[in-house]
Amino acid sequence: MSKPRSIRRGQALAGWTFVSPTLVVLGLFLVVPVLMALWVSFTDWNGRGSPFAPGIGFVGADNYRELVGEQGGLTRSDFMTSLRNNFFYVLLVVPLQTAFALFLALVLNQRMLRAVGFFRTAFYFPSVVSSVAISLVFLFLFSGGGVINSMLDAIGVDGPTWFNDSRGLLHLVGDGLGLWNASDPPGALADNGVLGLTWWQWLAGPSVALSVIIMLVIWTTAGTFMLMFLAALQDLPLEVEEAARIDGAGSWGVFRNVTLPHLKPTMLLVTTLGLIGTWQVFDQVYVMTQGGPGKSTLTPAYLSYSYAFDNQKWGIAAAMAFVLFLIIFAMTSLQRFLFRDKDAIATKRAEKRSKRDRARVTAGGAA
Amino acid sequence: MLPTSRRRRASLVALALGSSLALAACGGGGFEEDGSDEPASSGDGPVTLEVLIGSSGDAETKAVEDAAAAWAEESGNEVEVIVANDLAQQLSQGFAGGNPPDLFYVDAGVFGDYAEAGNLYPYLDQMADADDFYPNLVDSFTLDDEAYCAPKDFSTLALEINTASWKKAGLTDADIPTTWDELQAVAKKLTTADQAGLVLGIGRDRVGAFLVQNGGFWVDGESGEATATESANAEALEYVQGMLEGGEAVLAPDVDAGWGGEAFGTQKAAMTIEGNWIRGAMENDYPDVDYTVAELPEGPAGKGTLLFTQCWGIAAESENQEAAVSFVEAMTTPEQQLINADAFGVMPSREAAQADYVEQFPEDAPFIAGGDYGQGPVNLPGLGPVVADLDSQLEQLKSADVTTILESFQKNAEAELQ
Repeated sequence: MSKPRSIRRGQALAGWTFVSPTLVVLGLFLVVPVLMALWVSFTDWNGRGSPFAPGIGFVGADNYRELVGEQGGLTRSDFMTSLRNNFFYVLLVVPLQTAFALFLALVLNQRMLRAVGFFRTAFYFPSVVSSVAISLVFLFLFSGGGVINSMLDAIGVDGPTWFNDSRGLLHLVGDGLGLWNASDPPGALADNGVLGLTWWQWLAGPSVALSVIIMLVIWTTAGTFMLMFLAALQDLPLEVEEAARIDGAGSWGVFRNVTLPHLKPTMLLVTTLGLIGTWQVFDQVYVMTQGGPGKSTLTPAYLSYSYAFDNQKWGIAAAMAFVLFLIIFAMTSLQRFLFRDKDAIATKRAEKRSKRDRARVTAGGAA
Repeated sequence: MLPTSRRRRASLVALALGSSLALAACGGGGFEEDGSDEPASSGDGPVTLEVLIGSSGDAETKAVEDAAAAWAEESGNEVEVIVANDLAQQLSQGFAGGNPPDLFYVDAGVFGDYAEAGNLYPYLDQMADADDFYPNLVDSFTLDDEAYCAPKDFSTLALEINTASWKKAGLTDADIPTTWDELQAVAKKLTTADQAGLVLGIGRDRVGAFLVQNGGFWVDGESGEATATESANAEALEYVQGMLEGGEAVLAPDVDAGWGGEAFGTQKAAMTIEGNWIRGAMENDYPDVDYTVAELPEGPAGKGTLLFTQCWGIAAESENQEAAVSFVEAMTTPEQQLINADAFGVMPSREAAQADYVEQFPEDAPFIAGGDYGQGPVNLPGLGPVVADLDSQLEQLKSADVTTILESFQKNAEAELQ
């Protein structure tokens, strides 16, 4: 089986040599810490010394059971509360920021618009300002006697105390529509529940305080995504649009059948980045609310931080981080599946089929 | 094709091996001997102490730096004072890395967790005049009958009264409340259309004082058990709830304030219950508001207030423990404590300094009196999330069912303490 010496023999070695710095850096700062955290999530490490030292108790899946299992008690209800909050947060932020970013990009892409440079900078500005600084500004804007409430007052609306208001929006809306009385929730919802929270708690919706954070995040991140949409829009050849118009499409028709399909890859990118970013929301909570009022702005990322650094419960905190990772992974996979290019898949299938058919024909011919 | 995939597999194996080697290297940090308990000798020569403080501001930083420099000069050692941005996080990094600072502030609220994890070196018995610290403060830093560290200073809660509103309501010095009934009565008298009688900050660190006055508390620090469901606690919370319902008392968020001092300074309330830190806030932010301070009224079980304190923690991993103890001795002399009191408004943790302190700051007598009968915070290990949950429930104290709050705390705390 001696093979002839290939002229490419040395190339593999050279290739590995070239990529090794990246591999080492990635391994050292990404793979190794992630594996260490994974190990911590299976131990009762209390933060003293190395988590690999002898004497650190391996507790199997106990930390994970604490998060989702019956014995979890407070830890489980904390974690579930944070997941609920974050779910409603994602549900509102991702579609709204995507729509808002697309809208801004479309406005900027108007050929008639003057001073594009000014508007582009203005729209992008919130994205480059530190999130801590913006959070502080929002704290002042939305304080009980702040600018927002003064403005609401001027038009005769009695504004809420925003960051002190833990009432859920769905509770309030239902109350307003007469579906239920928020101060005396229906027994069917309030007396039963799953995973440590009652149905009433699950269905609270984002609290008033959380909705301020939602507004802030939409406002700050839309700029970045606007740039992505804008880049994609500028890739769209003018001729295609003109051709569509000649074929009789109105502006809505052009947008619906030409622009949007062209933006599909960007849309996937924007929603994926949005989804990952929103499930990991941390700094706004850390700066503005620390999870309050009434735990209604608690998110898994902040809870994990707080369990680790404030309470020395490192194993549980690491387990939270991995459950969060699994959620993000599942959601992103689902999204990729929904956004998959059906045409491309069909083409590929058809190709494969015809190849197989051809092979069969050849084989048949040979027989 | 086969060789390529084989080669790929080989590289993956190599990568995996490499990672596990790296992991193992991280594990073998050289501190596996589990931190020997006898203090390392520091008599061999000058050492450098690393001191990590969570400073309240420039005044505190400067006071600590000056005192540290004086000690360094006298003892021939060196001290490096580092002001933490995030004390808990920086300490955690030090503990995990096996190289924590030699000395650092430890709040009574997190003391239990640190001590339980073995991060703290118990040294109080080695200190000169250790029995001169207020016993209630030492209790806040005691776990399983072992007193760990020396209280740095402390604060207590007292009743602040807006002088102008007091006069306007026709009240005199004789009316300063000394019982629960009197407190409620004056609060009612002080309540006007745009000013509440009494404002309370939210959470266990304010209403807890009423529990103490009624002879109860959330937990029993000595036995390490949760005691929330004792009837004294429910009665105390119901008393506060009654005042909230009656409108003579409000919680700070209800009047759009971050804490009691803000509501008091902006005159949204005529009285508040806060600690001696309110002095600085009133001086800087609301210099025009005149107020007096009185001890908290007695409850059915007598006087009671809450203590807040920090101690000088010495790391169990520190190699300079002997020098560190001597540093703490220098930092907690009555003289040094009086200097600190003057610089950044904290109260001395030594009883020997009490008389001088009262002489120097007569208007703070109600605060320091609390040192004798105050109750420290919940300091049992592992209760962090449980007390956070309690605070979150106490936000709704006005409308919530008191028994439900206490029972849920009891249940959560018992699950953690068993």
